[in-house]
Amino acid sequence: MYRYSEFDEAFVRSRVAQFREQVARRIDGSLTEDEFKPLRLMNGLYLQLHAYMLRVAIPYGTLNGAQMRALADIADRWDKGYGHFTTRQNIQFNWPKLQDVPDMLDALADVGMHAIQTSGNTIRNVTADHFAGAAADEVMDPRPVAELIRQWSTDHPEFQFLPRKFKVAVTGSPADRAVTAAHDIGLRLVLRDGAVGAQVLVGGGLGRTPMIGKVLKDFVPLADLLPYLEAVVAVYNLIGRRDNKYKARIKITVHETGIEEIRAQVEAEFAARKPLFSGADQAALAAIAAQFAPPEFDAAGPGDDAEWRHADPVFRAFVDTNVTAHRHPDYAILTVSLKAHGATPGDCSSAQMRVLAGLAERYAHDELRVSHEQNIVLPHLPRRHLKAVHEALLEAGLATANVGLASDIIACPGMDYCALATARSIPVAQGIALRLEELRVEREVGPLKIKISGCINACGHHHVGHIGILGLDRAGVETYQITLGGDGGPDAAIGERAGPGFAYDEIVPAVERILTAYLALREGPGETFLDAVRRVGLGPFRSALYGEGAGEAQADAA
Amino acid sequence: MPRPFVPKVLTANALIEGDVVYLAPDGGWTRHHAQAELIEDEATAALRLLDAEARGHEVVGPYLADAARGPKGPEPVHVRESFRTRGPSNYAHGKQERA
Ligand code: SF4
Repeated sequence: MYRYSEFDEAFVRSRVAQFREQVARRIDGSLTEDEFKPLRLMNGLYLQLHAYMLRVAIPYGTLNGAQMRALADIADRWDKGYGHFTTRQNIQFNWPKLQDVPDMLDALADVGMHAIQTSGNTIRNVTADHFAGAAADEVMDPRPVAELIRQWSTDHPEFQFLPRKFKVAVTGSPADRAVTAAHDIGLRLVLRDGAVGAQVLVGGGLGRTPMIGKVLKDFVPLADLLPYLEAVVAVYNLIGRRDNKYKARIKITVHETGIEEIRAQVEAEFAARKPLFSGADQAALAAIAAQFAPPEFDAAGPGDDAEWRHADPVFRAFVDTNVTAHRHPDYAILTVSLKAHGATPGDCSSAQMRVLAGLAERYAHDELRVSHEQNIVLPHLPRRHLKAVHEALLEAGLATANVGLASDIIACPGMDYCALATARSIPVAQGIALRLEELRVEREVGPLKIKISGCINACGHHHVGHIGILGLDRAGVETYQITLGGDGGPDAAIGERAGPGFAYDEIVPAVERILTAYLALREGPGETFLDAVRRVGLGPFRSALYGEGAGEAQADAA
Repeated sequence: MPRPFVPKVLTANALIEGDVVYLAPDGGWTRHHAQAELIEDEATAALRLLDAEARGHEVVGPYLADAARGPKGPEPVHVRESFRTRGPSNYAHGKQERA
């Protein structure tokens, strides 16, 4: 498995030692909060509503068993026995005490992990598909490209003071599980005439002004990728706005300048920069790719999971929803849902973490992934072990068969934890999932992504939810706005607002009315919710939400 | 006419645990909203905030939050502040755990 090359033990240890002193000086009064705050943020320590919160980085969402176990130990020793996996593929501990944090950081360093946060207006972390290196539908493992970009951008002298932070995502699959269209730059690796290259999207982003990235160039050969990216970032660095924080992201630059003009400027920059690249980047890419080499797959055959499927309907339902095709025919990618009905999306108890660690070590090449959908993935699981793994998961309360279904809800921490929140997200997710279970309709409803954010910062990606829910504060009271038709996949789209918001106790019934309307109007079980919204528009759903006739009236008002 | 002053409590998070605290009438910190000092005029509020900002070795991020007089003491007005008196709604953690 890949060992994060940036993890430099001596560096991390010295940072922890430094932070230990800083914490001591904060506690004894020699550092003020104004002096201390930037130091703690750099070390992943935030102050939330009820307590501090420690955010731990998980590069490419990838963990081994020992690391997962260390997270479990940290949760037990210094927190409340659980951790929260976030939409940014990291883990948060919600209840650390200030004086314990240096010990927690040391425990992380013991297993090659840290909480150091990238900050500033630079190229931030580069993310990739959580099924990278395992998926059957993949053109190429996107992580070496992502890692190359990360290494190139770290300390890149030209790009330390960009107008605003800058995020890059890479997918190697046409299914685009990395939501590339919602990043400053999105790269989709594609094959053309037998060669790998990237389709380059630019100017996507969620938050206050959500935008879907536009195709800047359809195909950039891998050998040209770094000079091309350098050209894009250089153009942005020059013309991006620095006068207004809310207009500084590249999505606004693209929107205001126009994609054609940006393209022309990028081409000119590219022509000037390309000759300066000697090909060293390609040698680096090859070296990085070797670090991401897949495990040695065993050829013991698929075992008898087909027979089990037949004999055991619970197992069958689990495999049908939670397994994705692996590049090796005898393997499976197993997604373990952290969305048991009524549970907090993304939360995992220390006992469950240990079970997952054990399963990875025993059966699945000691590798685990965290998905941005707040689930845990065993990316390389031999099919012949599926049954045993399912049984262990059942016992641990981790066998919920709902991946990709309506109760597999993404929800940010919202006002239960987050200091920036304007409303709660978690209980809304819990309420919807419990209602779905009561009605027993989610299998009938089929693939559906519900995404909930507790404020306009959109950590719950509500804009790209098939059903998006945004919690707002209206005169000191929570209200929830619904958007429909959003999509984070290859045909990414921002959802459209359905109409006026709903009170906290109205939001679950409102979602239920949307689902009832969908079941009544779809052309058959083959037409997914998203397809149906695209076919009929929002009208019928507005009528379902706001009463007969609202469909037409709302269409004008919205 | 100036708008009437909405009464306030002074609140912050404790330095070590991050737990929510309120300024009490005796100048100490209490963990209970109902035991907070209800500040009913703007000048006092500004003064309390200045004082609290100088007590950075005890608390983090002091601010004034709207409050109302209740039968057992000050009550929060905004939902955010009422959550802060209890803890999260998904687990009985935080203040409600000790209540
Ligand atoms: S969307 Fe808002 S409430 Fe939710 S985690 Fe992000 S900042 Fe906090």
